[in-house]
Amino acid sequence: MSSKPRKFKGGVHPNDSKALSETKPVQEAPLLEKYTLIVTQNIGAPPELVVQKGDTVKKGALLAKAGGFVSVPLHSPTSGTVTAVDKCPGPAGVRVPAIEITADEEDEWGSPFEPIADWQNADPDMLRQRVADAGIVGMGGAGFPAHVKLTPPPDKPIDTLLLNGAECEPYLTADHRLMVEQAEDIVRGAAILKRVFGLETAIIGVEDNKPDAIAKLKEIAEPYGIQVQNLRVNYPQGAERQLIYALTGREVPIGGLPMDVGCAVQNVASAAAVTEAVIKGRPSIERIVTVTGEPLVEPGNWRFRIGTPVSKAIELAGGVTVQPAKLLLGGPMMGIAQKSLDVTIMKNTSGILLIPTEQVSQYSSEPCIRCGRCVECCPMRILPATISQAVENERFDLAEELNVLACIECGSCSYVCPSHRPLNQHFKRAKAEIAAKRQKG
Amino acid sequence: MSEAEKPTVRLPVAEELIVSTSPHIRGRENIPKIMIQVLIALLPAAIAAVWFFGLHALRVLALCTIGCIAVEVVWNAVAKRPTDTWKDGSAAITGVLLAMNLSAGAPWWICLLGSLLAIGLGKQIFGGLGFNPFNPALVARVALLIGFPQLMTTWVLPRPGVMTGLDALTGATPLALTAGEIAQQPNILSDLFFGNVGGCLGETSALALILGGLFLLARKLIKWQVPAAFIGTVALISGIVNYFNPEITAPPLYHVLAGGLLIGAFFMATDMVTSPMTTLGALLFGFGCGLITSVIRIWGGYPEGVSFSILFMNALTPLIDRCTIGKPFGYVRPQKEE
Amino acid sequence: MTIILTALLFAAVLGAVLALVIGAAAKAFAVETDARLETVTDMLPGVNCGGCGYAGCADFAKAVVEGRTVPSQCPVCMTADIDRISEYLGITAGKKEKVLAVVRCCGSIPVTVRSPYNGIGDCRSAVLVAGGAKGCDYGCIGFGSCAHACPFDAIEIRDGLAVVHPDLCTGCGKCVETCPKKLIVLAPAAVDVHVYCNSPEKGALKRKVCKTACIACRKCVKAADSEDQMMIKGFLVETNYSNPPLPDLVEKTGCPTRALRLASEHAAGVYEGVSK
Repeated sequence: MSSKPRKFKGGVHPNDSKALSETKPVQEAPLLEKYTLIVTQNIGAPPELVVQKGDTVKKGALLAKAGGFVSVPLHSPTSGTVTAVDKCPGPAGVRVPAIEITADEEDEWGSPFEPIADWQNADPDMLRQRVADAGIVGMGGAGFPAHVKLTPPPDKPIDTLLLNGAECEPYLTADHRLMVEQAEDIVRGAAILKRVFGLETAIIGVEDNKPDAIAKLKEIAEPYGIQVQNLRVNYPQGAERQLIYALTGREVPIGGLPMDVGCAVQNVASAAAVTEAVIKGRPSIERIVTVTGEPLVEPGNWRFRIGTPVSKAIELAGGVTVQPAKLLLGGPMMGIAQKSLDVTIMKNTSGILLIPTEQVSQYSSEPCIRCGRCVECCPMRILPATISQAVENERFDLAEELNVLACIECGSCSYVCPSHRPLNQHFKRAKAEIAAKRQKG
Repeated sequence: MSEAEKPTVRLPVAEELIVSTSPHIRGRENIPKIMIQVLIALLPAAIAAVWFFGLHALRVLALCTIGCIAVEVVWNAVAKRPTDTWKDGSAAITGVLLAMNLSAGAPWWICLLGSLLAIGLGKQIFGGLGFNPFNPALVARVALLIGFPQLMTTWVLPRPGVMTGLDALTGATPLALTAGEIAQQPNILSDLFFGNVGGCLGETSALALILGGLFLLARKLIKWQVPAAFIGTVALISGIVNYFNPEITAPPLYHVLAGGLLIGAFFMATDMVTSPMTTLGALLFGFGCGLITSVIRIWGGYPEGVSFSILFMNALTPLIDRCTIGKPFGYVRPQKEE
Repeated sequence: MTIILTALLFAAVLGAVLALVIGAAAKAFAVETDARLETVTDMLPGVNCGGCGYAGCADFAKAVVEGRTVPSQCPVCMTADIDRISEYLGITAGKKEKVLAVVRCCGSIPVTVRSPYNGIGDCRSAVLVAGGAKGCDYGCIGFGSCAHACPFDAIEIRDGLAVVHPDLCTGCGKCVETCPKKLIVLAPAAVDVHVYCNSPEKGALKRKVCKTACIACRKCVKAADSEDQMMIKGFLVETNYSNPPLPDLVEKTGCPTRALRLASEHAAGVYEGVSK
């Protein structure tokens, strides 16, 4: 491991705007009367409900069990009654199945499992099962079930465990605050994950713009045999492939997974959730969310229970002074624009961001002037301009030939495009069309 | 109203929230900004042209710029397309570049015909900005050069600082001089550098062009590979030929400073729309331009070959782009053979 | 003079030799084609819409001549043309019910809740962003991908809603596969009464986002001549195309949300501005 991180080609340097919330300590969000939990919080199979309307549940009780291997269970964020099993606005804009829990204000724990006190000597399979039972997903944004990454097939042994604390998205500071305030939890989580893989070491990668987090983690991580590596400030440094390259020099093949190059990557928040699940015996029912943006009265970081409506989070941040142009779940580069305030916080919601009109990028389909800025900044080294033109002409075969499937949708190309072309949307379309074609066979 | 509002928390109005794909923020660059910076980069050369050729240079500059903008507006109006595209500044750049390719003595109708050819034939006929395969200003220059060889190859002699009137004397472009003639002019290199030579507006002051070019490089508006490869190739080839047979051609420094090489290399070959997007492609493009320019200059029938070389390489740009696509991150060969 | 003559002579001889070669080659490598193929192709509409399931009109003609399909499988042809083809080939025309495309949504801009959308003006791209930025997850997005796909210009985008003109529609089905919301169905051309809504959500929720949604109030079911002419499916009513109601049902029902419409009058814009 070299002390200097490698630089991946490309990337952009947006104004990080983290100052709004990076010094704000994490506050506990007050208990709400009602929580609406979206049933499918993960990539993969939807979980299967195990409760019905009218059931009473304890805090941490199982609401839905995993609907397959690539799926995670869902637990109750508080004690109370299941008052509705219906639909609610989902993060992608369409209504999705959801469970409504009305709190009884007791907030009484009823965790389905016990703490594993002696985790240092525990059986790796038991730890792995615990991660699966606790419903932990990739909390950086993707929502990939954590236990799947811990269960590589025998022909793909994991030799490197990486923790992603890059948080390269502008505005977001949830991971930053977590690393400063709960460094111990992250490091212990990393140690547990190390034990699952039987590895001697692990690396936590943190971008250079968080020196306090790096210092804090270094101090705590050393006795556990875990390295802390500072990373260049370059978006998308926190994208899985770019992070692996920066820390190990390995390139994850297109269409492949980190396990193809012997790596396992977990978000720092997921690592902290692992600590909660193993050492405290608590399922994943809360997370730190940055509620930020210039229109807000008081941006900050809060620990919210999963299922908290976005409107409540905005209320906690003091509401808005002006009407924002967009409401996003996630950061400004990869977050999803919302059209409803009723959408609720999910396990992979790292931020609730309100951007003012003057900051918003308005797309227009002006012609490409072939300046090549997108080619320069593309971290996947594909030709965004050429692909977008192919998509405009509905040449999805050409787009596929030009490796549109390698695109990680980081948005760097759209960020730099002087013609304000909606490049990312073109790629999403191409991917959707190619997937549909493949499904047809 | 403010009193009543204070205690209650104001929430965003959901119906007014815009939805779009990510990313939701953007860099500050846009097309007009880029174009204005290119115009700024052309400013030193334009000032130098006016200094050496007087108000007639200003007349040509103004006629071409206004002509190009007017053609674009009229064309779009006739084609029922948005007529405000001239505001992006690209037509103005074409106009200035076209003027840079004309002599200060060019009659008004040459300027306007050039504008029509540049914007009409060079750009709008393909669909406007971004779709033209060839550099519009060069299309006009070459068309005029072939159509009116006499007019396009008579140059006004420079009269530094004299604003009015035209020098009745016309002389050949310095590139047409033979090696022997060059040797008789001891100050020729410094004249070329500062611009005290006959030629098009943009062929005069190497200093002004280099200043503009450096500005473009510093603002990252052009790829350094294109001018570097272009100028380097010309210098190298002319150097080799000159070393073995000084009778055939002038020394490399002379080749670099004289004629349209600098304006071509910094302002015309680097045109974003018509040059390759990839880094390797830019190098190849510059090299090709340099090679063709040298061949035309040294052995060809025309004294100058910059415009032909750039146009020719423009035609090859799609091919170059296609051949120079690098391997994407994490690329795996479809089939691995042992 | 001799030069010109020589040149002419040379050209003439060369031409004659090459003509012989080509003639011989044409005889030697001749491919047997059915002469009827061309005639049938000429009788077909020639728009290559693909509605028959073949690659184009020529391909369809080949299939007809070879007996793999019947002329009536062409959704575009007039009955007279189909009869002409079958008469020419001496085969039966077969039978195919004439169908028309129906866009099962009538939520135009004035009657629906929409979010401001910024992006590509194409339904299939827009649907990737917040499901189309419309309050209703099932409604027509109105960027007109279907209208662009229609080879007969039978779909008009009116106030952000795709409206099929029954007199132009041939029922080729191009729009059906294009629509990302899967709103368009092919219904028998003889039926004029349709429910212009396909949202399976609850009535109250639909009304919140669309003034012209079907709220399954059953008024039309009761007003129908027989029980099963209008079918209830969850929170939605559908026309029973195998036992269709008469066009006067629309008037008899007085649909409170105006989701029940006649295709012909919907296309003519009769219902615009009258939603309650």
